[in-house]
Amino acid sequence: MEQNGTKRTISVLVDNEPGVLSRVTGLFSGRGFNIECLSVAETTEAGVSRITLVTSGSPAIIEQIIKQLRKVINVIKVVDMNESPFVEREMALIKVRAEASNRAEILRTTDIFRGKIVDVSPKSLTVLVTGDEGKIRAILELLNHMGIEEVVRTGKIAIARAKK
Amino acid sequence: MKLSGAKILLESLKREGVEVIFGYPGAAITDIHDQMEGTKMNHILVRHEQAAVHAADAYARASGKVGVVLVTSGPGATNTVTGIASAFMDSVPVVILTGQVPTMLIGNDAFQEVDIVGITRPCTKHNYLVKDISDLASTIKAAFHVAATGRPGPVLVDLPKDIIQGEAEFKYPRKISLRGYQPHYEPHPKQIKKAFDLMLKAKRPVIYAGGGVVSSDAHRELKSLAEAMNIPVTTTLMGLGGFPGAHDLALGMLGMHGTYRANMAVQNSDLLIAVGARFDDRVTGNIAEFCPGAEIIHIDIDPTSIKKNVRVQIPIVCDCRAALQMLLDLVKAEPGGMPDHKPWLDQIAAWRATYPLAYDQNPEGPIKPQFVVEELYRLTQGKAVITTEVGQNQMWAAQYYLFGGPRSFITSGGLGCMGFGLPAAIGAQIARPEKTVIDIAGDGSIQMNIQELATAVQYGLPVKVAILNNEYLGMVRQWQQLFYDRRYAATPMGCAPDFVKLAESYGAVGFRADKPKDVAPVIKEALRIRKPVIMDFRVEKEECVYPMVPAGAAISNMLLV
Repeated sequence: MEQNGTKRTISVLVDNEPGVLSRVTGLFSGRGFNIECLSVAETTEAGVSRITLVTSGSPAIIEQIIKQLRKVINVIKVVDMNESPFVEREMALIKVRAEASNRAEILRTTDIFRGKIVDVSPKSLTVLVTGDEGKIRAILELLNHMGIEEVVRTGKIAIARAKK
Repeated sequence: MKLSGAKILLESLKREGVEVIFGYPGAAITDIHDQMEGTKMNHILVRHEQAAVHAADAYARASGKVGVVLVTSGPGATNTVTGIASAFMDSVPVVILTGQVPTMLIGNDAFQEVDIVGITRPCTKHNYLVKDISDLASTIKAAFHVAATGRPGPVLVDLPKDIIQGEAEFKYPRKISLRGYQPHYEPHPKQIKKAFDLMLKAKRPVIYAGGGVVSSDAHRELKSLAEAMNIPVTTTLMGLGGFPGAHDLALGMLGMHGTYRANMAVQNSDLLIAVGARFDDRVTGNIAEFCPGAEIIHIDIDPTSIKKNVRVQIPIVCDCRAALQMLLDLVKAEPGGMPDHKPWLDQIAAWRATYPLAYDQNPEGPIKPQFVVEELYRLTQGKAVITTEVGQNQMWAAQYYLFGGPRSFITSGGLGCMGFGLPAAIGAQIARPEKTVIDIAGDGSIQMNIQELATAVQYGLPVKVAILNNEYLGMVRQWQQLFYDRRYAATPMGCAPDFVKLAESYGAVGFRADKPKDVAPVIKEALRIRKPVIMDFRVEKEECVYPMVPAGAAISNMLLV
């Protein structure tokens, strides 16, 4: 049953209690599953949080991951987002070295990616950009030429597309 | 009226029908022990917290109730971890109550503080830290609910001292509903019908029954179904007793030390019906070569057990007993007769005749360990509750004691935890006072929890310990003999106590036998005495457990002598 498979985005609704995140991540480390990225926040329902995580594995492993997640007592619901159309976004904050000569280009690139400048200093600009993984990778490649000082990225978040 | 936390806890346990607690006191839980005085709660003072969990585990398995453990914070809590891991692997309902430092000191590296909830997260079904006394009663309710339902397992509740000493109104919830925990008991009728059709068609079917048959009390249904459809039954180590060992359709245990006929039957089957089992590596051997020609029906209450290790054609997530009952209903409704599987059963009988379980007992000695187990079986008419330690003693017990009914074989199956047998015998004896309880032990593992002899003596529990004393850590020695050119590294037990004198020093009774002719008289005398007895059987030192499937081989690839 071993084989590397595709990436899957899994949305996990959990009780918002101390230790719950550790139950979920402990399950992954204890059973040798991957977590590529993860984000957690409260939902509109009091006492319930959502963990969105991206993992990878063969179909059999993904099935086992989903079943193991459902077995955790504090897990209320598990959705494999890939089973129906969904929108996925992440966010990056990118601090780029900026000199008089390349400021304009940084601004232009940011504009093309519909990003924003959120901090300015004499020697750097900080760019905020959101998008899917491909878009983030693309802007990072472009800005890399100017000299990136620091990048901070969120995990992915995902939501199912509304039925039309 | 307001009650103290300690009182709320004890009242809650009473509401859960708890009669026995296996425990050990300490600073963090003195209030609980103090409040227990004068109640009807039977507190069994063990000599080590690990033993408390093993005893509660065996109590739960022997009685079908939830076992309860009460220990203090810090070392009291960490000492329970091995016991908890064993109960977790074997799906046994145990509630472990641990003391904790006061909430305001948590995280301060206080005296006897340990993050036991963090430590036990991967080896409990669930665990709780009570931070508000108003949650205490409902947490206890939830703990028992989670432990006993679905696939059972251990649940730990950590109780800070200020919660135990605080006060609150006591209100015990009648019902509890956990949003993220809704075990599924009812079988899907369509899946059952599909399974039944395959069972009718199969020419070489085998039922592979695991611990789930015992824990869901499905032994009657299993026997009725096997008899009605003439399907032979092999059991896992955990499933022993779930089907009568001496039955014509019984194949014995399968796997690494399974019988020849069980392993051959499974490997040559065209349909494997797994009931309450999980395709453990000790059962399947090389998974790629496991029952290559068979379709698999897998009935289990835990969805994660299904398709974890093997492909399954018909998964059925539900309670084993409910599934077997539904299959029996289909048998009754079937207009045609049931298959007799005569050629298949004849083939199995031939395998059995070719390579039965066998050993050679020279009347002059030395004593063969298998002979001791057979004599125990004969002299107890197969009616004792047997616990075991881990290793050769455990495998010989599993092979040669033919268990007649469920909840009569109690062993550390998944974790394989040495030191299990004696505290388990104590727990089983408390659950079943009318039964003869025997720990079949080795001279190595008995020393891991030998101190519990004091517990047995203190509470007048007439448990028997049969030590198969070969002066080695026998199972590892066997591997060294077979796979490491007889280099017996670290397995000779160079020094052991005189077990007879040791028994006497605890106030128990000790016997020794060196000759085969002494085995039966020693057992008879031990069974007659209403006290804890150690029987030290000096057995053949280099005896091996056969058949044996080498690690990583297919289970049809057995070493037979």
